[in-house]
Amino acid sequence: MKHLRQEHRDDIAILTLDAAGQSANVLSTEMLDELEQTLTTLAGQSLKGLVIRSGKSSGFVAGADVREFITITDPARATELARHGQQVFGRIAALPFPTVAVIHGYCLGGGLELALSCRYRIARDDASTRLGLPEVRLGINPGFGGTVRLPPLIGHLAALDMMLSGRALAAKQAKRVGLVDDAVPERHLERAAYAILRSDPGRRRPAWYRRLPGWMPLRPTVVKLLTRKVREKANAHHYPAPYRILELWQQDAGFEQEARSLGELLVSRTSHNLVHVFLLGESLKKRGKEGTHDIKRVHVVGAGVMGADIAMWAAHRGFEVSLQDRTPEILGRAMKRAHEFFQKQYRRDARAVQAAMDRLLPDVRGDGLKRADLVIEAIIEKAEPKQALFRDIEAKVPARALLATNTSSIPLETLSTALKDPTRLVGLHFFNPVAKMQLVEIVRGEQSSETALARARAFTTAIDRLPLDVKSSPGFLVNRILMPYLLEAVRLYEEGVPGPAIDQAARDFGMPMGPIELADTVGLDICLSVAQELAGPLGVEVPGVLRRTVDTGKLGRKSGEGFYRYDTKGHAQIPKTDATTSVPVTERLVLRLLNEAMACLREGVVQDADAVDAGMVYGTGFAPFLGGPMRYAESLGETGITHSLSRLAEEYGKRFKPDGGWSQPGLLQRRNSPG
Amino acid sequence: MANPVYVVDGARTPFLKARGEPGPFAAADLAVAAARPVLARLPFAPSEIDEVIVGCVIPAADEANIARIIALRLGCGKHVPAYTVQRNCASGLQALASAAERIALGQAHLVLAGGTEAMSRAPIQWNHAMSGWLAQMMRAKSLSGRAQALVRFKLSYLQPVYALLLGLTDPLVKLNMGQTAEILAQRFGISREEQDAYALQSHQRLAAAFDDGSLAGEVEPLYDTRGNVALEDNGLRRDSDMQQLAKLKPVFDRKYGVVTSGNSSQVTDGAAMLMLASEEAVKRHNLPVMGELKGHAWAGVDPSQMGLGPVHAVARLLAARKIQMNDLKHLELNEAFAAQVLACQAAWASGDYARDELGLDAPLGSMDPARLNPQGGAIACGHPVGASGARIVLHMLHALRRAGGGMGVATLCIGGGQGGAMLVEAAA
Repeated sequence: MKHLRQEHRDDIAILTLDAAGQSANVLSTEMLDELEQTLTTLAGQSLKGLVIRSGKSSGFVAGADVREFITITDPARATELARHGQQVFGRIAALPFPTVAVIHGYCLGGGLELALSCRYRIARDDASTRLGLPEVRLGINPGFGGTVRLPPLIGHLAALDMMLSGRALAAKQAKRVGLVDDAVPERHLERAAYAILRSDPGRRRPAWYRRLPGWMPLRPTVVKLLTRKVREKANAHHYPAPYRILELWQQDAGFEQEARSLGELLVSRTSHNLVHVFLLGESLKKRGKEGTHDIKRVHVVGAGVMGADIAMWAAHRGFEVSLQDRTPEILGRAMKRAHEFFQKQYRRDARAVQAAMDRLLPDVRGDGLKRADLVIEAIIEKAEPKQALFRDIEAKVPARALLATNTSSIPLETLSTALKDPTRLVGLHFFNPVAKMQLVEIVRGEQSSETALARARAFTTAIDRLPLDVKSSPGFLVNRILMPYLLEAVRLYEEGVPGPAIDQAARDFGMPMGPIELADTVGLDICLSVAQELAGPLGVEVPGVLRRTVDTGKLGRKSGEGFYRYDTKGHAQIPKTDATTSVPVTERLVLRLLNEAMACLREGVVQDADAVDAGMVYGTGFAPFLGGPMRYAESLGETGITHSLSRLAEEYGKRFKPDGGWSQPGLLQRRNSPG
Repeated sequence: MANPVYVVDGARTPFLKARGEPGPFAAADLAVAAARPVLARLPFAPSEIDEVIVGCVIPAADEANIARIIALRLGCGKHVPAYTVQRNCASGLQALASAAERIALGQAHLVLAGGTEAMSRAPIQWNHAMSGWLAQMMRAKSLSGRAQALVRFKLSYLQPVYALLLGLTDPLVKLNMGQTAEILAQRFGISREEQDAYALQSHQRLAAAFDDGSLAGEVEPLYDTRGNVALEDNGLRRDSDMQQLAKLKPVFDRKYGVVTSGNSSQVTDGAAMLMLASEEAVKRHNLPVMGELKGHAWAGVDPSQMGLGPVHAVARLLAARKIQMNDLKHLELNEAFAAQVLACQAAWASGDYARDELGLDAPLGSMDPARLNPQGGAIACGHPVGASGARIVLHMLHALRRAGGGMGVATLCIGGGQGGAMLVEAAA
């Protein structure tokens, strides 16, 4: 056996899953085969029980092999794959003696379905243990029996919540809902497993009121209620999987239907694109891990929203952070914000909150500079103050400290002139809010050294963000692509198309938030200054209404009014509209975005089409089910896009002029396409 | 020959006056807040520290060996040992003394030492009768047993025990600290007016020090989790005057007393932490030297006149070092009570006291008032008992350095009838 180890202790068999040559267990076809073979032998032995555990420190089983997914284009083959998994797990469920899964770390997807097929589950109670069925996030339903086995174990609503949200539970939560029979610290893990095998109290059943929603006559009503909730989160046309999960449940579908549904979903465009997006993220992480950062102490200058959030996030991720600004009052506000964040993050764990606060030093004088390994500048967006600051920083920090700027618009080459050693300066461009937006643009100035860039990438990965290499050019990647789209929306607004209609069109396309609301949220003053910054180099025109609105002091959500009005809690008061318009709103918005994305690709702002996709999906939430703008462009075809752009250019002006890149062959090709 | 002991850095929190309810910071929080900026600007990692020693009189129930908690929270790591010292009002000075001894003996090179106290969080406890009754309840297994125990409950069991009040009362002579000050006022004939005038001067001197920025190097901003920042000692009364002080009623001997809350030190929360280093460590890490700790002395006195402790400790320290009172550029005498400071001055000046109590032929002479607590003291800033000893050493080093270096003594009276004194010499 390559991926399994088997041993016996008295009359109990222990199966240790240990995928050869990998740091985590994934349920490859090979591993499933070995498992099946082993189970066949075990079934005939007279045993008192079976323990299934993982030999990996990272966790139990991280799930099925996602990389196998995208190679599959035939629904019948996908269904067959699911049947195979179901069959193996069915053997576990049918064993004549009690079985227990001993779970630590990740226990996700197929991994949890394996555990569900055991009679019992014992989880290690610590911060790393996570149990969940995240399939829905990849556009599919659980396919190894999860939809069948989970509801009767933990109750119907809890099971649906897990499957529809894809949310993973910590050990204690899992114990509370009954997903595991016990959650114990490492020191008791083994004893707890043997104890439950020996006492064999029978598979857990939820309380009657948790079983009640599963009563067949009630199911249609439950589904109706849940559908309403799902619709708020996911458009059925874009994301069919959650609706399919509800359907399977409503019909009390068995294993066969589950497998067929999986087959259909797995080969769908949505699923392939979601997997593409997932793998893009994984490859960014991998790139980050290629280098070492050797960073322990981070000093952040500027405690505005961005600086404070970067500092707070780095402290959350275990770094020693000092945060500097001009007055203690500004730092006081940042500390309050950080404390609120940590409290939310660590729930009731007061010690974890305290430890995170202890890692975050409010530092008016800049004491932290003396031993900083990384300095991140996040002060006002003006070149001179930034240069002066970097001059001062360089004089104080250790010789091997990495210097970074969070600027979104000032060329690194300009800032680096202040430095004696300009090679150590890179851009670390975070997105707001830092705790939600996974992307960080790693900005390569002409002068940035490879070592500095590798350290920046590794640090970004260490704080659980995704590092994306971009060239130091105006707007870098994300803001540059986003700006024409936002300005087109403002232009539509200026032409008289109602804001809500514009936003609705964008959301129907698959954007997480409409551009008008997005502009208000970012702040119209910030939009204006970025637009002006980019206007020159990119030849974009700033619509007059944007300037006029800013001039009247309407800055968006933060000032209570921008294009929309906001109540005191910051909720938009969006007027209802059912005005129909003959203007091709979606087309104008999306094509400007695609056209700019192509320009970036052609100019080499990023390495390849994958990088554009990763940047836009992880940096702006661009419709993940489309796989990113370039993936989407590919599906439309270069000719079609060029044609549409030319048509729009005739009607609306030269800003729609097709970028030269559309006619260059090979630009859309992916260098390291996971497929 | 003992190795020299250097102070290379240090900081304290602003002292926060107790307002009758638990303050926002635990004692460990305060020490961490004081030490973090110090560790941030020193060139070595916290894990390179050899030992952490902290003085604290009443740590909270969940702060057993508070020094270890502080060390771990500061990121010193599991391998750095830590212990807590308690010598009442001189606990912070004891921490420095213990650290200095370790370095002098060559047993340590980097020691983080200081003191902390959250007096506002001193616990309120059940009395013994209540504890006994609770134990009976726990033991009773049967319903009838419980009922019997229940019946035995008395309302007096609910009478709480204020740990702070007990802590500030001498357990043997049964006098509270204020009453020992009353004894000194009577013995040395110190009037209410003299005490109030001294107290007013303390506030004025501290206010001036904050205003001219001379405390900026030693007082770190203290941030809570709600967005508030303390920059100054909040017990400082800039608007105080003799009329206001005269209006205050005596608090310890209410009827005939002269010691008021206005001419006593304040009950406060705060911490002061210093980094001590050996010559070798200074060289190895190229550390900035603020000054040198040149020895210390302890002395015992009558517990009912504990305020005279400094008279004896300083006499002993100066004699051992063959230094005259007048050689000192600066004397920090912790202001437990105005009456007690003035009594010490009177005792040093007194030939009778020198002969009868100190066994000296001639008096040491009192300290020039201009050089005694020149930036005010605990009457204005407060006396978080565990921290004060570390505060006065830290402050004196800063003050001496501003004055171009020189020698000074930091001394405190200690509840229970002791005095402690430490000789320091600041680098020019």
